[in-house]
Order: sequence, then C-alpha cells, then structure tokens
Amino acid sequence: MSRTPLDTVEHAAATPDVELPWAELGLKKDEYERVVEILGRRPTGAELAMYSVMWSEHCSYKSSKVHLRQFGEKAPQSDALLVGIGENAGVVDVGQGYAVTFKVESHNHPSYVEPYQGAATGVGGIVRDIIAMGARPVAVVDPLRFGAADHPDTKRVLPGVVAGIGGYGNCLGLPNIGGEVVFDSCYQGNPLVNAGAIGVMRHEDIHLAKASGAGNKVILYGARTGGDGIGGASILASETFDDAKPSKRPAVQVGDPFQEKLLIECTLEAFQEKLVVGIQDLGAAGLSCATSELASNGSGGMRVTLDDVPLRDSTLSPEEILMSESQERMCAVVEPEKVDRFLEICAKWDVIATVIGEVTDGDRLEIYWHGGKIVDVDPRTVAHEGPVYERPYARPEWQDALQADDANKLARPASSAELKDQVLKLVASPNQASKKWITSQYDHFVQGNTVLAQPEDSGMIRIDEETGLGVAIATDGNGRYAKLDPYHGAQLALAEAYRNVATTGAKPLAVSDCLNFGSPEDPAVMWQFAEAVRGLADACLQLGTPVTGGNVSLYNQTGEVAIHPTPVVAVLGVIDDVARRTPVAFQEEGQLLYLLGDTREEFSGSAWSQVVHDHLGGLPPQVDLERERLLAEILISASRDGMIDSAHDLSDGGLIQAVVESALLGGKGARLVVPDGLDAFTLLFSESAGRAVVAVPRSEEVRFNDMCGARGLPATRIGVVDGDSVELQGEFTLSLEELRVAHEETIPALLK
Amino acid sequence: MARVVVDVMLKPEILDPQGQAVQRALPRLGFEGISDVRQGKRFELEVDGPVDEAALARIHDLAESFLANTVIEDFTVKVEEVAEAAK
Amino acid sequence: MTARIGVVTFPGSLDDRDTQRAIRLAGAEPVALWHKDKDLKQVDAVVLPGGFSYGDYLRAGAISRFSPVMETVIEQAKAGLPVLGICNGFQVLTEAHLLPGGMLGNDHLHFICRDQKLRVENADTAWTSDYEAGQEIFIPLKNMDGRYVADQYTLDKLEAEGRVAFRYLDFNPNGSLNDIAGITNEAGNVVGLMPHPEHAVEPLIGSGRTDGLPFFTSILKKLVNA
Repeated sequence: MSRTPLDTVEHAAATPDVELPWAELGLKKDEYERVVEILGRRPTGAELAMYSVMWSEHCSYKSSKVHLRQFGEKAPQSDALLVGIGENAGVVDVGQGYAVTFKVESHNHPSYVEPYQGAATGVGGIVRDIIAMGARPVAVVDPLRFGAADHPDTKRVLPGVVAGIGGYGNCLGLPNIGGEVVFDSCYQGNPLVNAGAIGVMRHEDIHLAKASGAGNKVILYGARTGGDGIGGASILASETFDDAKPSKRPAVQVGDPFQEKLLIECTLEAFQEKLVVGIQDLGAAGLSCATSELASNGSGGMRVTLDDVPLRDSTLSPEEILMSESQERMCAVVEPEKVDRFLEICAKWDVIATVIGEVTDGDRLEIYWHGGKIVDVDPRTVAHEGPVYERPYARPEWQDALQADDANKLARPASSAELKDQVLKLVASPNQASKKWITSQYDHFVQGNTVLAQPEDSGMIRIDEETGLGVAIATDGNGRYAKLDPYHGAQLALAEAYRNVATTGAKPLAVSDCLNFGSPEDPAVMWQFAEAVRGLADACLQLGTPVTGGNVSLYNQTGEVAIHPTPVVAVLGVIDDVARRTPVAFQEEGQLLYLLGDTREEFSGSAWSQVVHDHLGGLPPQVDLERERLLAEILISASRDGMIDSAHDLSDGGLIQAVVESALLGGKGARLVVPDGLDAFTLLFSESAGRAVVAVPRSEEVRFNDMCGARGLPATRIGVVDGDSVELQGEFTLSLEELRVAHEETIPALLK
Repeated sequence: MARVVVDVMLKPEILDPQGQAVQRALPRLGFEGISDVRQGKRFELEVDGPVDEAALARIHDLAESFLANTVIEDFTVKVEEVAEAAK
Repeated sequence: MTARIGVVTFPGSLDDRDTQRAIRLAGAEPVALWHKDKDLKQVDAVVLPGGFSYGDYLRAGAISRFSPVMETVIEQAKAGLPVLGICNGFQVLTEAHLLPGGMLGNDHLHFICRDQKLRVENADTAWTSDYEAGQEIFIPLKNMDGRYVADQYTLDKLEAEGRVAFRYLDFNPNGSLNDIAGITNEAGNVVGLMPHPEHAVEPLIGSGRTDGLPFFTSILKKLVNA
C-alpha cells in the first residue's frame, strides 16, 4: 500500500496551496473561505470533513435557524419545562418527580431510497436521542406520508417503511402507540417518514450532552464503525489513498435493533450507577458531531485518538471514520475512576466499549491518527457557529388564486341517496380508511403499560403503577390546510394534536415538531416555512405549550415541485390517573351524543373536497385558540369527573368520520338528528376546528350540560348510541357491517 | 485457509412463504418457466488449518446442533477452496 | 408462604419485566434470572419470556437455547420443574427440544399484533389448571415467527395425547398447523405458547382484559399446595 503523507495540521500549514474538494463535500465557496479564516490556514482533510458535514443543512439548520428562534423568543411561561431547545430532546416535568422527554425527527430521504432500512434507522436514531437524555424509552409514534395510495411506487415504499418501523421498534420492545398515515400525490417522490419517541426518568436522572472535567475519559460504545452513509467523505479518501478500496461506500445505513436494545440496557444501567458525566448519541455526522458537540457544550477541550475506534472495515480513512453514520453507537464521558465499572457493564451486555480520548483543560478539539494531529479546531466553530442564512422569501404569486378557489362553492349532494353514497366513499377513501393493516404490524402491548394506542385520539402510557400517573401523545399535521395558508395550517396542526390529547383526558403540556418542507432556495417554500414557524410559535404562546425541540427537513421536492408544506406537531400531555382516560369507542347503548363547539360551512381543504371533487383551494377552517383551550378544559374535567364515556376529536372527515370510527370500534351504532340551524351536509362533512363529539351517560346529562353552559362552550345534542347501524334521521341508514367493509378493506386491497 | 459452506434449507414438506412470494413475483418480472422457488440460508465458515475429516466432522456436528434446526431444516456441508490469487 | 418464580432475561428479551409484574399481581414472588448464570436461585418454576433474544438471528430462540441458564433449565425441566415459554420463550423451548416441533415465520410474512381468541384445550397442566377445558379466552398475540410446524406423526401424537394446550379460534394468525397456539410436554410441567398472557393481567392496560392471569395463579396454587 503506498500513500501520500498524512494530511496533518502541520502538513496543512506547510502546504497552503493544496486544493481540497470542498464543493464536492457540499460547502459553498464563502463557507470554505470562512473555515480557512477560522483556522488561519487551510483545513486538513479531516477538518474539512467535519466542517462540511456539521455545516450541512441537516446538522446546522442554517436556513431555518433565523426563524426557529421564535420558538424561544415567544416561549410561553411554563413551569413544566426542565430542558428546552438545543439538547438532544426537551424534557418536561409531569409531576410526582417524573420527567418526560420526547421528540419527533424525520428520516424522509433515506426511507425513499431504501424503505425498510431508512425507516428502521429512523426509529433507532430517535430512540438514541431519548436515551442520551438519561431516560428509558417507553413508546414510539410514527407520522407517515406517502404518495397516492394507488401509485405503484407506494406499494414499494409503504410496506417497506411499515416493516422497517415494526422490525426495528418491535425488536427494541417499544410499544408503537400513535402516528398517522396520509396519502397525497405531492409526497410521491418524497415520502415523509417521521419518527417520534417518548422516554421517562426521574428528575435527578436528566443527562446532558457535555464533556466537562479535565482528565475524564471519552468512551465510544456500541457497534463497530463501518463505511455507512459516508458517500461524501470517500472523495477525501481518494485524495489521501491511491490504492484500490471498496469502490463505493454504502449510502444506506443498515440498522441492528438487537445491538440497540443492548445499548439501551447498558446505558440505563450506567446511568443508574451514576457513572456518566455527559453523553451523546451518534447519528447524522457520527463522530464529527458527537465529539464537537460534547466538547463545545462542556467546559474544556477534548483529545481523541482515532486509531482506537473499533472498526468493521479496516480500510477506512480517518476522514471516513469521522463522517461514518454507522448506527447503534454512543459516546459517554466518564470520570477515570469509574471507567472500569462502565466497561464492565458494557461487557455484561456484550457491548463493545473503548476509551478513545479524554477531556482536556484547553478549549480545542484535537484528533490524532497514526501519531499525527489531523484535527485542531475550536469545537464551537464546528458545532454551533456554522453559517446562518437569511434566505429570501416571498409569498408565491399563486397563493391568492388558490385561496380564492373556495370549496364551499363545489356541488353538494343533491339527494339523501347521494349523501349516503358520499359518506361511504369518504370512510373508504385511503386517508380516512382504517389503518389496521399497518398498525397491526407494530407491537403496542410490550412493556405492559399501554393504556391507549392507535386508532385512539392519542397514545397513552402509564408511567407509575402505584398512582396511575400517565402521559399521552398525539401527532398531527395537515399539508392541505398548510398549503392553503401555512400560518393557520401550522396552527391547525397544533390545535388538532392539542385537542387529541385533551380528548383522551390528558392535559396538554408541551410541543415538539417536525417541519417538512421543500427547498429553502425557493422563496415560495421559504415563505411557507417562515409563515408556518410564525404561526406555530404564536399559537404555542397562546396555548401555553412551549416547543421543547424538534427537527426541520428541507429539500423534500422533486425537480421544481415541492411537497405541501407539512408541519407535523406532537403534543405531550399528562393524566393523573390513567383509569380516567376516555376512549374513542362507544361504550354503552342509550348514551347521548353531544357535539361540542361551533359548526360552520368550512369545506376548503377538507377530506370531502378531496374525496368527492379532488379539489384543493380556499381558506382552511378558522382557528380559535381560546376555544381550543376551553374545549380541552371541558374534556379533561368531564373525563376526570366521569361525565363522559367516550370522546372523539373532529378533524379531517368531519363529524361522520368520527361517529363511524367510534361506532365500529365499539361495535355499537348511532342514531343522529340534524340539529336546528344546520343542514345534514354541513353537520356531516364540515371540518370546523375546536370540536369534539362525546357520549354522555343519561345520568350525567344535566351535570354535563350545566358545566358546558356555565363555561360558555356550545354543546348540541345530536343523537344517541344505539343499534347496529349509523342512521341520520330522515336521510339514510348504514349498517355497521356495510361501514366496516368500506372502512377496513381499502388499505389491505391497495397493498396486497 | 479454507472455506466450508453450510447450506440450510427448510425440509421439503414445510411451507416456505418467502420462497413462494419470490416465485409469485417472477412472471411480473418476465421470468417464465420456473415452477418452484425455495429460500434457504448459506453459512460461510473460514477455517484455520487443514480441513481434514476430523474438522469436517466437527463442522457437521455444529451444523446439526446449531446452524440448522433439524426438526424443520436439512443441511449440507461442502468444502470450497479459497483462490490463492486473492492475496 | 408464596412461590418464587424465575424469569430469565436473555439479551434481547423484552417482556421479562412485564412477566415479573404478572407474577407479582398473581401473588407470587418474581425472581430475575440472568442468561449467563447457571444458577436458578432455587426458584420453584421458570418463565422464559417473550422478545427477540439475540435479535432472532439464525432462528428465533436458537442462540439463547445454548445459554448457560438453559443447561440448568433443560436438566431440571426433565426432572419436573415447571417451565412456561411465552412467544420467544416457546421458540427457545422447541429449539431446546423440551417441546416437539418448531417455529417458522408467519405465513403472511408480516409481524402481527392483535387481541387473539383462543380455546384452552388442556386445563390439566401446571400452568393451565385455573382454566376450564374448552374455555374461550382473549390473549394478546405479537410475533414475526409464530407458525408452529411439526411432522404429521408428531401432530397426530400431540392431538391423541391431548397435548395441544391452546388453539387459535376464529382466525389463524400465522399459519400454525392444526391452529396450534400452544402445547405441553407429556408430563404437563413444560408449556409453551405464542400469545402473551402477561399482557392480559390488568383491566385498562394492554388488551384491557385479565384472561391471562390464570396462568400465574395456576402455577402459584400448584406450588403452594404442593
């Protein structure tokens, strides 16, 4: 093997004119010049690898940062927030000494390239974020968006993604309790595979990603490092080596859930024995990210010997080792006298663990390879002081025309027969149909604490067996609404998730988000992004639910065509006793159905407009956050005081969708009447926000009505739980069997 | 150094849904005339030292007790020489 | 006096803590056992819990079957120690030849998670005496490799000897032969099944039923009365 001299810091200083492939690594010319300015010399190949990957959009949030600041600036006063934005995941106080951490991330592009592994490693990544906070992961959720349901490629992507999420999450022993599945042709080449996770810990167990205390050891543990996901760094490698090596590094990372399960157990055991000073998971940008973030968040510097990193492939160059995205690895900072015990625990779980460096009292991150110093940087310049762009944004020209194209003028059903036909069509449409084919591939029983799982309005997990304390999570997003009006669309996503949490009886506490958009280089997309962030920040302030962290996924577009702007919002809530939870399913015949909130003629962006007319235009439903807050308070009180036995939020598909779901899940029908002031069509299909339908036992009717009346929430009696069909008086009757076939057979038929 | 290959196949009478799924896909991909597909596992064992009868007997035991579950699977053991040119 | 029931944790076991909870709720004392220890800590019975031990790599249960703890479990099971294998534990028991037949991938090739209807066929084993023969129960099922197979001779023998302990009703979720959900050995001390009784022990949690609790009360009564 012949090789050119190692590109050390010394060598770089002595050879200022060597051209480095910064453009191929994705850096812009001014960004490269800034690296040279920071270092006062040209970077070494290894340094260039680190800067290029850490300054990428994915790691640095360079296009979104200026907008995301609003989440901090407009953050509501909240005692619940223990750790805010900027850490691996936010941490929320849920009472009784418990803290909960949760986060949603995207793994969109990898899941399009290789659906199974892309989705699987997405679950793995978010779970490591949770462990890195010191928490035991207790549940996962998966908001998913695919192209048209009948498109041949959807048949490739969806089953792979679902199998990947199941294959990984099931093997980790994490119940999958929520999420969404949405089809829209705008996601054809850009499926959105978002993954969320929740973890639980005691307050005193919160851990942070920082390396402090000179002399403390840096331990890399978990899987060996291989050539996964380092397409870019191979360019550097070919500059360094001139002999043949594996010609193409795999761009697809492959997950090993068994390894991750061991990583969870040994990390939690190390936490329990208080062996860990700081911890960071290795995800995007691998060791580059972990070392620079740990060092820049700590008090000192860090020295790392790359030769000590256990490798799966001995031909890897130092640049490749730094950039490798091999899965199932973590990095811990441990005091010297506790290193042996830490290594012992890793050995107990058959996890490879190696001391690769130590914390120094300087302020530099220094990395050595074969005795030469190949990195000598201020870690803050790598991790936190990347470029920030004020990208131009402009409301697109087509926005006015889109908003003027109101769905309220579309042809409505002219007869009872047509109304009935449209109901069947709606509940059978891919977006409204039962997702059982998908969710039955996820384990929702494991850990023995699942109180509610999909298709409930929110997933709910018990976290204390003695007291019954529990947490709930809901994720929602509606790209159609956001396309019509990104500001209000983002608020509607929040409102829906907030409402979904309250519908099950939990009090909404905090928010995480996954913001999926097209290219930030398109001013129209950037405007959508800016508007959505502004809307979400304003609404979080008004609802008193701080954003604890999240993720931005840009460049979700094919050619010039971007996806619908799709902010996905996760709301976390707490319930004092899970025994008081409210399910979606109708429980008992004879109970009275009440519609809470105001129903207006709001059909733009609705499921009805999509299913019946293939239409998207107009303005989305009005947002009234004070009403959302009132509705939530009523739902929580009613649950706590036993005034309602089932509840379902109204969102896409409107009232009829909610009633059909409650009826099918409970195996009990409903007789509905059109209340005064509404027509049958508006009652069934309107998507006005701030509404829910609840089933009230007759013995509680007076008390329930009094409560709503006293607090000013409109509550309209619309029917009764009864029989084995859903009937709208004077219009139509649909048997539960007929509805079940329509609702449950669509997805299996499409994916067979 | 030599390589010993252990092939493990489901017993013929046992349903192999993965193989069937592959077979069902063949006409769609334009492959005709394949009447059955069965999917198995292949283990490549890199053996230090000579692969003599004793070594093969040990590998046979390994295959029988561990690599295959003989309640449901059959296996074969064969020696594959590693080409010297690869060095 | 109560009974001490061991729950083995293999690397990749998932339902070990849940099984311990179920044992506790039934009134017995759960004892954690570790796969690397041959010592069974003098427990009165052992449960091999569900999960993906060793990632189900090679075959489900195939690697765990060779762990040190299993040496003792196999030896003592043959001498009468009550052993229950749930899901992955059932797979370990077939790999260890404590129960006949084997487990393969579901015939539909997907993981499946559902509340499954079963019929208790044999209420005379150490783990089923609190049921009535013929009783119909719902127990959560969740697995990738749940298809029970055996040769015709073995199946005939199991049926003739009444050793099919549980059968799937209404829907066969994985293509198991004869709709077999669980079986017992001849002596009735070793039972394995794919569904998860430990996830049906509390109202509200999991399936919201308690149809799985009799597994744990059966063994408790047997041990305490012994």
